Amino acid sequence: MDDLLSEFLTETNENIAVLDVELVRLEQNPNDPSLLSNIFRLVHTIKGTCGFLGLPRLEAVAHASENVLGRFRDGELNVSPYAVTLILESLDAIKSILLVLEKTEAEPAGNDEDLINRLNALAEGREAPVAAAPVAAAPPPPPPPPEPVAPPPPAPVASASSVPAASTTREVAPVAEAAPPAPAPAPAAAQAPPPPPPSAGDGESSLANQTIRVNVDLLENLMTMVSELVLTRNQLLQILRSQKESEFAVPLQRLNHVTSELQEGVMKTRMQPIGNAWAKLPRLVRDLAHELHKKIDLQMLGAETELDRQVLELIKDPLTHMVRNSADHGLEMPADRAAKGKSETGRITLNAFHEGGHIIIEIADDGKGLAIEAIKRKILQNGLATEAELASMSDQQIQQFIFKAGFSTAAKVTSVSGRGVGMDVVKTNIEKIGGTIELKSIEGRGTTFTIKIPLTLAIVSALVVECGGERFAIPQISVIELVRAAQDSEHKIERINGTPVLRLRNRLLPLVSLERLLKLGDGDQYNRETFIVVAQVGNYTFGIIVDRVFDTEEIVVKPVAPILRHIELFSGNTILGDGSVIMILDPNGIASFSGEMAVHDTAAAAAETKQATRQDDRMALLLFRAGEGAPKAVPLSLVARLEDVDLNQVEASNGQPVVQYRGKLMPLVPIDPNWKVQRDKRQPVLVFADGDRSMGLVVDEIIDIVEDRLQVELGTERAGFMGSAIIADKATDVIDAGFYLTQAFRDWFGNATDRFEDERLHKVLLVDDSPFFRNLLTPLLTVSGYDVTAVQSADEALGLCESGENFDVIVSDIEMPGMSGLEFAQAVRGNSRWQNVPLVALSSHATPRDLDRGRQAGFTDYVAKFDRDALLFTLQQTISETKGAA
Amino acid sequence: MSTNLPAKRTAGTEVAVVKNEDFVTMTIAEQVFGIPVLQVQDVLGPQRITRIPLAPPEVAGSLNLRGRIVTAIDVRLRLGLPLRDKDKPGMSIVVDHKGELYSLMVDSVGEVLSLTSDDFERQPATMDARWREVSTGIYRLRENLLVVLDVSRLLNFANTEAA
Repeated sequence: MDDLLSEFLTETNENIAVLDVELVRLEQNPNDPSLLSNIFRLVHTIKGTCGFLGLPRLEAVAHASENVLGRFRDGELNVSPYAVTLILESLDAIKSILLVLEKTEAEPAGNDEDLINRLNALAEGREAPVAAAPVAAAPPPPPPPPEPVAPPPPAPVASASSVPAASTTREVAPVAEAAPPAPAPAPAAAQAPPPPPPSAGDGESSLANQTIRVNVDLLENLMTMVSELVLTRNQLLQILRSQKESEFAVPLQRLNHVTSELQEGVMKTRMQPIGNAWAKLPRLVRDLAHELHKKIDLQMLGAETELDRQVLELIKDPLTHMVRNSADHGLEMPADRAAKGKSETGRITLNAFHEGGHIIIEIADDGKGLAIEAIKRKILQNGLATEAELASMSDQQIQQFIFKAGFSTAAKVTSVSGRGVGMDVVKTNIEKIGGTIELKSIEGRGTTFTIKIPLTLAIVSALVVECGGERFAIPQISVIELVRAAQDSEHKIERINGTPVLRLRNRLLPLVSLERLLKLGDGDQYNRETFIVVAQVGNYTFGIIVDRVFDTEEIVVKPVAPILRHIELFSGNTILGDGSVIMILDPNGIASFSGEMAVHDTAAAAAETKQATRQDDRMALLLFRAGEGAPKAVPLSLVARLEDVDLNQVEASNGQPVVQYRGKLMPLVPIDPNWKVQRDKRQPVLVFADGDRSMGLVVDEIIDIVEDRLQVELGTERAGFMGSAIIADKATDVIDAGFYLTQAFRDWFGNATDRFEDERLHKVLLVDDSPFFRNLLTPLLTVSGYDVTAVQSADEALGLCESGENFDVIVSDIEMPGMSGLEFAQAVRGNSRWQNVPLVALSSHATPRDLDRGRQAGFTDYVAKFDRDALLFTLQQTISETKGAA
Repeated sequence: MSTNLPAKRTAGTEVAVVKNEDFVTMTIAEQVFGIPVLQVQDVLGPQRITRIPLAPPEVAGSLNLRGRIVTAIDVRLRLGLPLRDKDKPGMSIVVDHKGELYSLMVDSVGEVLSLTSDDFERQPATMDARWREVSTGIYRLRENLLVVLDVSRLLNFANTEAA
């Protein structure tokens, strides 16, 4: 049997079992809104799933009962025993259809017109049932005012509750296909309103064997016990290590292995790839596309990401809802898309991945985004806020209203969605498991939901460190290397205006003092011997200064107590082999705490959405003073080293100051044109290195390293300056490193052209919307011997393609307004003349999944922005590869 | 849980006319306190506690209780009292709150008393606001007065659940 179908059967049987009970409860408490909305949601789900599986008869019945329930929910109809009877009756009809479905894999012939007519009549308020006569079981009394306790329960209710909860088993093996042919109820049974109550024997879903249903609590307990066992094992091994010869060694070794396997096995019982929850989405989307006359492309990334099964179960429905919403509300009709210059096929992307102890699931569409005005109207209409309140809200806050109950902006109720079931349920479900859901929407460009679910249960390998007399664990996964730092060693911590940095393989590594961050001391560690844990978060690498480093240990991550959950530096806590409790540091939290990454307060979040396309310009900047005027800045990543040059060693060569540096002559270029070599002084120099050449930029004073968004306002005419920007709240001149490079390498540049004379210069097309990067990269690439054409948008680049230009390689930014880099890549790969030209993506995100995404779009390679060496290397590599291939 | 507390309390005052309730007693700075015995999981002597940097000051740290991580709360600080002398070993009462274990650090733990609601009274209006916030009322004992602590309010100082 089709996996999809068997899953549907189990799920629906289960839902119906719940419904039976809930409906009876509803009859007793007709005014319980939560009960009502739960019932409504369940019927909605049944209807929705039927629709996607192509079960028109089931869908019709479910749709009609949903209509009635919808009227209940909106208070337009009173809950009367007659109504409940009717709905129970339709459930029975559904059940009997399901039974046949399970046996024959097809809906029985026939129709339920009579039932549906009566349901519709009820929905329209014509309660006095015209055609109610055929109701065999106790014709219900005319709807009396709702009574607290149902009078002598109408027969169908009784029969319904006597039906064994058809399947309480969630777990179904598809193997159970070869069910013994049970006496199939006559298909006509479905037509007769009160279906014969199936006896316990054949009513029991035959799918519900082959697997055992195990209470999740039991698994949970098992897992806890195994965790304890692991810890005890660790303790034993620790003891064993201190004893040279022990007769326990061998049995302990065995215990060790068995424990590991047991642990793995128990973990496995709980983990499932998220792809399982996605399996039915492609079909769902296909059918939706059909029904809505839209073209939809569903992309699913990271389907192998494993998730705790309990979590998986809980997010399954929300995910389906959200994909449905994206398809129905998010994406436009093909004609509308074409009119807006988008491709007719809308895209929904699902992406799941692990990030710092969390599972992130993104659901993105490139549709019309949330219409702020429509939401506002709806808010006013539903009285959720006043006009004055709305006026003071940011767009971000207004968008949040879609998570409120009963909120839907779809103009009309379709059979797909738009009944206000959805985002509120989604949000509640996700919050139930301690997750968060974020929303980012740009009108006209699409909506992205980001679900973040904490990994509540996992065994990870962690590095144990000590700081300020306390021990902490750092997840091994984010640790790249360890460096010992001391005043007398090769690596020593240096400070720029108090900010600690470390030279590591010709790079400056920003450092964070754990002692200071955790307020365990004054952070005065620079003079002692310390260790630096080099950690990576995304593509940001930084060092954490700690006092000592111990071993790595397998730890069971346990969530911290609720009263400590606001401390973002910890991702959990655990018990070590020696029995002591230890906090687990969250490298993400440390990175954001130390001034990196996004700011998380709401105001900033609102600003963040607006700046969504530009926020990637945040980068580490080196601030310094040179000459007159404002402080100057240069991207830190361009600077290879900081040196302090003894001016006595400066010599003159060819009229230019040079200094002997690492066995070579390094030209010195002052920023201040009035700079003179003053003997007996030292001066800071920023060293720019390019291959084996280096150049020293002479400055007066190094001020600081800051992380800031670089928004350069162009317009300066001064040579050597890109323009001004506000950095660290001060107007700062951003220098044009390329200009100074050409100053130092004027001769080199000549040589370079000579060198390339016999072969034509390689032509590079640079696509970047930021004038800053165009101006930064153009000279850099030119100096390195490329013929650079820079354009500011993908459209412009495609224009060049049409006009017949040719390039050896295209370098493109990813985040651009209008057509994004990924779309550009697809366009280029699609059908242009350039489909074989190598494409290099340039982005400040360079995590593996970005790489994947880029590759899928058609990029040949991916380079982190600001990594100039990598860019040059990649270009060289790419060009030689294509040449080799040609 | 906090939502059904008021209901529970009214039920307590009305029904308790005929009912005794059992309390674990403890002393902090000479004052006797009580916690309903059903909420108490364990009583501990001095423990090795791991400090938690950046935590609220009332959180003394966390400790390992038979494989479960327990958050230790210094009740003295919670009540605005000075720290206990270093040389006096304290004791702890472990309570369960919303599935999490918390260890309440007190000076000493006494016997379990069965108290009748006849001796129960609301806190005097003049009592320190901080103490009023974390207590539900007072029992008049023969020798002294016993302040009943409300565990959920005692633990609701970080306002983290609001966020």
